[in-house]
Amino acid sequence: MNLIHLIRNRDWRWAVLPLTLLTVWYVVTTLGWVNTKLIVPPEKVYQAAVKAISRDGFMEGVEASLMRDMSGFVIGSFAGIVFGVLLGLSRWTERIVGPTFNTLKHISLFAWLPLISTWLGTGDSAKIVFISLTTFYPVAINTFDGVRSVPRTQLEVARVYAFTRWQSITRLIVPAASPQILTGLHLGLIYAWMATIGAEFLLVTADTGLGDAVIKGRAAFNVELIVFGMLIIGLVGALLNFIATRIESHLLAWRGDRT
Amino acid sequence: MAHAATLEIKNLNKQYKVRGESLPVLENISLSIKPGEFVSIVGSSGCGKSTLLKLIIGLEDDYQGELLLDGSRIVGTSLERGIVFQEHRLFPWLTVEQNISIGLLNNTKFSEEEKRKSVQEHIELVGLKDFAGAYPYQLSGGMSQRVAIARALVNRPEVLLLDEPFGALDAFTRAFLQQELQRIWEKEGITMIQVTHDVEEAVYLGDRVVVMQPRPGRIKRIIDVPLPRERNRSSAEFIAIKEEVLREFSHTADASAGLIEKAASNEEYSHSNELSYQA
Repeated sequence: MNLIHLIRNRDWRWAVLPLTLLTVWYVVTTLGWVNTKLIVPPEKVYQAAVKAISRDGFMEGVEASLMRDMSGFVIGSFAGIVFGVLLGLSRWTERIVGPTFNTLKHISLFAWLPLISTWLGTGDSAKIVFISLTTFYPVAINTFDGVRSVPRTQLEVARVYAFTRWQSITRLIVPAASPQILTGLHLGLIYAWMATIGAEFLLVTADTGLGDAVIKGRAAFNVELIVFGMLIIGLVGALLNFIATRIESHLLAWRGDRT
Repeated sequence: MAHAATLEIKNLNKQYKVRGESLPVLENISLSIKPGEFVSIVGSSGCGKSTLLKLIIGLEDDYQGELLLDGSRIVGTSLERGIVFQEHRLFPWLTVEQNISIGLLNNTKFSEEEKRKSVQEHIELVGLKDFAGAYPYQLSGGMSQRVAIARALVNRPEVLLLDEPFGALDAFTRAFLQQELQRIWEKEGITMIQVTHDVEEAVYLGDRVVVMQPRPGRIKRIIDVPLPRERNRSSAEFIAIKEEVLREFSHTADASAGLIEKAASNEEYSHSNELSYQA
C-alpha cells in the first residue's frame, strides 16, 4: 500500500529515455542489425560487469580513482577558496594577480599535462596535481565573484559592530559569498571527476584505476568492458553530483525555497 | 538602564569631492541634544540628513567642526552608538537570535551570562520570542526591522540613530512600529535621533523636530513638540505642529526645487565611491 503510494507519487518521466535506449540497443543487437563486435549486446556488457566485479582488483581500481579524485578536489578547492577570497578582498592583489590569472585560465587544462608529466612523471602525484588544477579554476573564479558581490551595506554593518578584518571575512564575507563558493565547489567536483578519468587515460601507468580498466579493455578489443567502464564512470559522476546537490541545498537552507 | 548620551554638534561642515571639486553637503550645523531626548530630523532628499547620521555613527570621517559625544570627539564607529538603517541589513544566513547576538561579537563589557541575558531581553523587547530561531526570509518587513532594532540595542548603546527606519514599510506596520519605538525609547531611556521624511512620524516621536534644507544641508528651524505622550495624531495641537513643520518644508522645496535632485545624486555618487573592506 505504502509502496504503491510511493511509486505513484514520484515523477518517473526521467526513466523514459534510458529505457527506450536500452530497448533499442537490445532489439538492434538481438536482431543482428548491427555489427555486434562493435556494438555489443547488453547481456554481454552485463556478463563483463559480473566478471569484472568478481575479479580481484576492480573495486580497488574504483577506490584508487576516487582517492585521486578526492585528494585533487580537496587540494584544488582549498587553494581556490583562499585564492578567490584574497583576490576579491583587495584591489591591490587583484591588480597584481588578476590579469595573469585571467590569461592563464585560457590555457586548456589538458595542455598542462605534458608539462606536469615532464616534472612529475605519470604517477599519482602528477594525476593529483592535474585534478587539483582542474578544480582550482571554477572554485577560484566563483569565490572571487562571490566575495566581490558582498553588498556595501552589509560591510557597513560589520564596521558598526567593530568587526576585525578576520571577523569580517569569517562572519560576513565567506557566508555571504557561500552560494557562489558552493557553486564553484559543485563545478569543481564535476570537473575533478572528469579530470581523474582524463588523467588516467593520458598519464598511463601500471597503476590501478577506472580509466586504466577502460584502456585495458580497448587494448584487448573488449568492447563490453569499455562500455561497462563508461557506465561506472557515469554512475560515479552522477552520484557525486547528487551528493553535492544535497549538501548544497542543506547548507543554503537559509535562503528559503529558492530553486 | 543604560547611560544616555549628550550629543554636541558645533559648526559642523562636511564636503564631498566630486570630480576634483568640493561639494558642500553640510554647512554650519549646530545642535545640542540632551541625554534621553528624542530628536527627529526632517528634510527633503539631498539635505544631508543621512550624511549627518553617518558622521555621528562614524561610518564617515573627515569633517570640520566639532562632533562630541559626552564631551569627547567622535572618531570611527563604537558600540556606544547604535544605528538602524532603512533596510534591515540582517545577515540572511543567521537566525533572529544569531543576528541579534552578532551585535555583541566585540562587546568586552558584558560577561557571557550578561550577553545571553541581553539577547533574550531584546528579543522580548521587540516581541519576537516565538521567532528566535527563524531566518530573515521567513520574516515580514516589519519583523525584520524589529530584529534590526534589537540588534542595534543589544549593546545597550548610549545613543540610537535611526535612518528612515520605517520608510520601506506599509502605513499600518509603520504606525504600529512608531508606537513600539516610542515604548522602547521610554523603557531604555536612551538618546534617539531619527531621520525621516515622514512629517507625522517626526512629530509623533520627537521632543524636537529639526527641519533641514538642502544645498548645502543646513538647519532651517527647530520646532519643539511640547505634547504629552502617548500622542494623539488627530488632536488639534498635534495637527497644528504638523502643519507648522510642513510649512517650513514647503518653503524649502520651493526655494530650491531644481537643485534637490542634483544634490541627492551627488550624495549617492560619493557613497558608492567609498567601497572599502576595512573592518
